[in-house]
Amino acid sequence: MDSLMHVAPFVASPYTGYVYPNETILPWGVLIVIYPYITGLVAGAFIVSSLSHTFRIERFKPVSRLALLAAFAFLCFAPTPLLSHLGHPERAFEAIWTAHWSSAFAAFGYVAGFYFILLGMEVWFAFRADIVAMAQRTRGALGGLYRVLTLGSYDVSERALAYDRKWTQALAALGIPAAIGLHGYVGFVFGSLKSREWWSSDLMPIIFLLSAVVSGVAALVVIYVVSSRVRKTPVDEDCLTGLAWVLWSFLIVTMVVEGLEYVEMFYRSIEGIAEIRRLIAGPIWAGLTIQALFSVIPFAVLSTLLARRTRGAALIGWMVFSSVLVMIAVLAMRWNVVIGGQELSKTAKGILTFTPPLWGREGVAWALTLFALSFVYLWALTRLLPPWEPARVAAPARR
Amino acid sequence: MSDRPADRGRRGFLGRFGKMLAAAAALFGTFAGTSIAAIARAAAAARARFPATGPVPGYDWTKHRWAFGVDATKCIGCLRCAEACKVENKVPFNPHEFRTWVERYVYLEGEEKPHVDSQDDPGDVAAAGTLLNYRFDDRYRNAKVEKAFFVPKLCNHCENPPCVQVCPVGATYKTPDGVVLIDKNYCIGCRYCVQACPYGARYFNDQTNTTDKCTWCYHRITKGLNPACVEACPAGARIFGDLDDPASPINEFIRSHPVRVLKPWTGNGPNVYYNGIDSEVS
Repeated sequence: MDSLMHVAPFVASPYTGYVYPNETILPWGVLIVIYPYITGLVAGAFIVSSLSHTFRIERFKPVSRLALLAAFAFLCFAPTPLLSHLGHPERAFEAIWTAHWSSAFAAFGYVAGFYFILLGMEVWFAFRADIVAMAQRTRGALGGLYRVLTLGSYDVSERALAYDRKWTQALAALGIPAAIGLHGYVGFVFGSLKSREWWSSDLMPIIFLLSAVVSGVAALVVIYVVSSRVRKTPVDEDCLTGLAWVLWSFLIVTMVVEGLEYVEMFYRSIEGIAEIRRLIAGPIWAGLTIQALFSVIPFAVLSTLLARRTRGAALIGWMVFSSVLVMIAVLAMRWNVVIGGQELSKTAKGILTFTPPLWGREGVAWALTLFALSFVYLWALTRLLPPWEPARVAAPARR
Repeated sequence: MSDRPADRGRRGFLGRFGKMLAAAAALFGTFAGTSIAAIARAAAAARARFPATGPVPGYDWTKHRWAFGVDATKCIGCLRCAEACKVENKVPFNPHEFRTWVERYVYLEGEEKPHVDSQDDPGDVAAAGTLLNYRFDDRYRNAKVEKAFFVPKLCNHCENPPCVQVCPVGATYKTPDGVVLIDKNYCIGCRYCVQACPYGARYFNDQTNTTDKCTWCYHRITKGLNPACVEACPAGARIFGDLDDPASPINEFIRSHPVRVLKPWTGNGPNVYYNGIDSEVS
């Protein structure tokens, strides 16, 4: 019988009221919090790059290629939390080879794969002239890599460059529905489940999409300012103000839609609302407070910045401040949805309180490592394909 | 209407545009129509393709339609079923992973809502004193109990199982005899099915790194035996049988009791029929 005596490696969550016995170990932990978060960063970064590449909004040009690389880097890392969460990661590709089409998860491989190819092509067209230049300039193994990356295309005539721009524009345009599809899909993963009161909502895909854009734009602001500081180059203030407008607009829509979700829930007050009140007042109270405050404060700051047409160091400082807060707010939102949904028992009679482990495959340390690695990867990409455009205060734009 | 060349050109364009639109609509309609028809044909073919023998030699899974009954008026909360299930199906002996469990509903005098617990409750685990056996503690010994009953729970083997719907690889599936099974050699361990089940019937088995749940002891019922929990129940609270066999105990149970299923609003079409429970049970 000793072999039958088995202590689960997962930590059981304490609860109040009554929860089904199998619910005491939450199926999804912090890895599934970080997965939609990283996926979300792709959307925001991509939208900004498209504002420049597709809609030809000139003020976003200084960050357009950085945004593209950031979207690509985050997309490469988006599947990693999912992969390390799987009980059998070696079978992950079965979801693509033998996809079960009624499953939202089965679509992930295809949606993300399509988007990956699209972004990869867009990166190639956007950087092709630089790749050719570096292939001709660089020696050794790195030079070899650049020569492989040219794919044998060394034509940098004006006609060829115009062709590149056309493709970049078309791919960026096609990428917009792809981005919306990817993030709407992530919301669908949660919203389509009728088993969980906290998730089952038609607004879920929209909320996920909007907050994804907000977090991605905020991340891009931070990346842009930090990289400019590191490179000791001036920050393009026109561009930053433009990003402030994008962040402000998406933030207000996100806040209103999320607010409506709560208003509707309480207005309807169907069976189980008492437990939802307990969930809000209990385990996710801190998360919801962070989500609300860190959305309202940046909104106020951004409104002030835009109304007063703030420039200079104040603009840069307050933009970074707002962006960091927004990034934390969206992370808190992911937690409140993913973890909060599981803390509200399917019995509608109990509440669990989940505390993530620090170490191990489902631990906070590993989730943060994966998140940090996506930034390291982005740094490596910027070394390989420098996306920097000179700020227009210093010199006219290159292209 | 004038007939200037420009108008003719515009009209010509509109005409061409209209034709193109009509052609596109026709093409789309044909495509959608044929694909819907194709999907329906493929689904019918897939059903027809179920080999009569199924995965168990000598057992024809197209000739049965299994269902389960729970008579809460008979359950005494002894939990022999939960123990039998753990042993029979090698379910880890901890209070967090179960294929079947029993809930205790207790209404105290002057209270509207019941107190509910199950054998995984810390107080009940402490009362058992071991993880190999289960028992309910005597916490209501000095209380004024107005009404109380026990409710055995297990997988409902739904007609439209949401767990099967969400599985990204099709590792969990519905057999022609009405049982929802999991292919452990195929499950990728994503736990989406655990989330999708509204009854909490699924758990993640950290020894196999796959999802696990009640199979109605498929290895036993395909040999003409009863599930282990039904076999172990001393009170006859668990009933199992073949809906296609009029003489089966499950048909007798459904015929003679006002039965109901759990969470019917989900549209899942659960196949475990309950007698003697109230609306607080979900």
